[in-house]
Amino acid sequence: MGSHLWNRKHLLGMADLSREEIQSILDAAASLREVNRREIKKVPTLRGKTVINLFFENSTRTRTSFELAGKRMSADVINMSASSSSVKKGETLIDTMATLQAMNPDLVVIRHPESGAQEFLARHLDAAIVNAGDGRHEHPTQALLDLLTMHDHLPLLERESFEGLVVAVCGDSLHSRVARSIALGLRTMGGEVRFVGPPGLMPPRAEEAFGARVYHSMEEGLEGAHVVMALRLQLERMSVGFIPSVREYFAFWGLTRARLARAAPGAFVMHPGPINRGVEISSEVADDRERSVILEQVANGLAVRMAVLYRLCGMGGGR
Amino acid sequence: MSGGYVLIRGGRVVDPANGVDVTADVLLEDGVIRAVGRPDVPQGATVVDADGLVVAPGLVDMHVHLREPGFEYKETIAGGTRAAAAGGVTTVACMPNTRPVNDDPSITGYILQKAATEGVVNVAPIGAITRGLEGRELTEMGLLLRAGCVAFSDDGRPVADSGLMRRALDYSRAFGALLIQHAEDPSLSAGGCMHEGVISSRLGLPGLPAAAESVMVDRDVRLVELTGGRYHVAHISVAGAVESVARARARGLPVSCEVAPHHFALTDEAVLGYDTDAKMSPPLRGAEDRNALLEGLARGVITVIATDHAPHDPDSKRVEFCHASNGVVGLETLLPVSLELVRDGVMSLMECLRAMTVAPAKLLGLDRGTLTPGSPADLVLFDLDAAWVVDAARLHGTSRNTCFHGRRVRGRVIRTMVSGRIVYNG
Repeated sequence: MGSHLWNRKHLLGMADLSREEIQSILDAAASLREVNRREIKKVPTLRGKTVINLFFENSTRTRTSFELAGKRMSADVINMSASSSSVKKGETLIDTMATLQAMNPDLVVIRHPESGAQEFLARHLDAAIVNAGDGRHEHPTQALLDLLTMHDHLPLLERESFEGLVVAVCGDSLHSRVARSIALGLRTMGGEVRFVGPPGLMPPRAEEAFGARVYHSMEEGLEGAHVVMALRLQLERMSVGFIPSVREYFAFWGLTRARLARAAPGAFVMHPGPINRGVEISSEVADDRERSVILEQVANGLAVRMAVLYRLCGMGGGR
Repeated sequence: MSGGYVLIRGGRVVDPANGVDVTADVLLEDGVIRAVGRPDVPQGATVVDADGLVVAPGLVDMHVHLREPGFEYKETIAGGTRAAAAGGVTTVACMPNTRPVNDDPSITGYILQKAATEGVVNVAPIGAITRGLEGRELTEMGLLLRAGCVAFSDDGRPVADSGLMRRALDYSRAFGALLIQHAEDPSLSAGGCMHEGVISSRLGLPGLPAAAESVMVDRDVRLVELTGGRYHVAHISVAGAVESVARARARGLPVSCEVAPHHFALTDEAVLGYDTDAKMSPPLRGAEDRNALLEGLARGVITVIATDHAPHDPDSKRVEFCHASNGVVGLETLLPVSLELVRDGVMSLMECLRAMTVAPAKLLGLDRGTLTPGSPADLVLFDLDAAWVVDAARLHGTSRNTCFHGRRVRGRVIRTMVSGRIVYNG
């Protein structure tokens, strides 16, 4: 786990990271996975370090994953959610953060509904920040865990590297930080990204912005893909008004076994979760243990976040 | 030194109103321009040496937010006019989105009275088109004009309702008044906080499509056709809108438009890093739009350069990008950034200054922006080539939210005079 490749203070997005930096996180995560299989799932690496999870948006999975990652590395982890903090009292974001900073944490993991919030805080304050999702902008640890999962499966696809790996990202890419981060990460690693979905839900000028080819037909978009990633249709907010109905969406863009058959032999299915069964993915695909690696993603998420904490505030930090 | 004779000697006198660009003297008497050329020097005249400087009519900025009354923590009439003077601007037309809104003659009176006692340059209020800028009922345009308003606008908001805009254009004809539209279809721009394009895609920020503006200008041009009202597009920012204005003007319709320096000098790339000082409405656009603006200036489709000077306190900008207030200050960078157009060969110095002097003055019906003898002696003396770096901390207004911080520019204001009185000495 050489540290010479990593000298960043923050992890704000995949856009900043070089191939070597991404590889160094994946390598660290791959070796830290072993900790999670031990009977005593704890290493003393981050003993005495304080990590604050500051979540301005509801999240169970990501927050739990970061919390567990910190605890398995022996860091002191504190969770704060916006609903229980002073944000509700009208305190500005920068004041909230300045207050936390005064407590001198080693790292603050932040999720925020506004794109750029973490970058804004990083510019105005000293604390080291990990972006756990900002608006529709980036979600770098999700992309890293996705890359780790893909990396694990390269041998099954008879490939040695990400070079030439075709990944079809299906669904509402417009509102998705997961889509942006994985597209940027994969491009850096040499893979090929496709965005597949209805025209109104594609980011404007996606090809120029992310190097992603856009397909409006699932059948065409999945043709020959090695990895098919279904995105959650955000029924509760974002996607409303962009599509006429869930029935119509599933009829044309739902990930079904028939559509999956268009993909490359051995292609596997990913989903950042939580899944909407019968909306963006059929249950038979989601539960197909031959094809679906959704639960592996969760396990890898823990390892990747341990690696990120290690790189940013452990001995692995180069700063 | 507003009284008596003043001779401004040996400058390069550029007066677009009279097509003059010569080395000459300018003689002032009691705050009024008396002669341009080689006039005899009267006994006891104060002589100002303008050798090596450009002597031009004081600039007229037809799009300024002075924020008073109501938002004095952002800017005041005193502070805003001080910034104007430092920028060589001798007349500012101030937008009505104050609190209360300038939709009533009493508010117009308050602004003018404040300007007379605390302001250092001429202030020409713009009245609201609709009461409270709410887009429902027309204001008393006649009484507002009588109180001192020079045009009407709901700036900050568009007049979205087509029927109401038609009635406003119709009614304004009774007074020959100019309507200034913040052209934006709210149903297309809702939720957007920067230009929709590659950069908004990358930053994950909701975009405002260029069509939000061009759709509205297209509609309004049709309504001008119907009514014959005088119509002016504020801060034009997209190619499609420039095209519409060009077509309307070619057909002889009373349609005009202005462009802000930030729109012709910058693109949406300035937003990278979520810089809230690059956030304004309309937003910084893409390169194609910027090129269309430059071409519009070169072809004379865009006849006015105006700042949309919009001061904001730091707390309104030190927040998440989408929550930040729209707007940038511009009075003190108007001249040097516009002079880039001259150096880049987009337009001549004469045409560039025309867009900041007589062209806006004529639209607003003001006898300013000219060196014609008998006019008020509003003047700017500037060094065309002096290089400097814009420093937000050294601006003269109350707020410093400039998008040009750190920009290397050329062209420095040396002296600004309003009715012969020195209001700024650089």
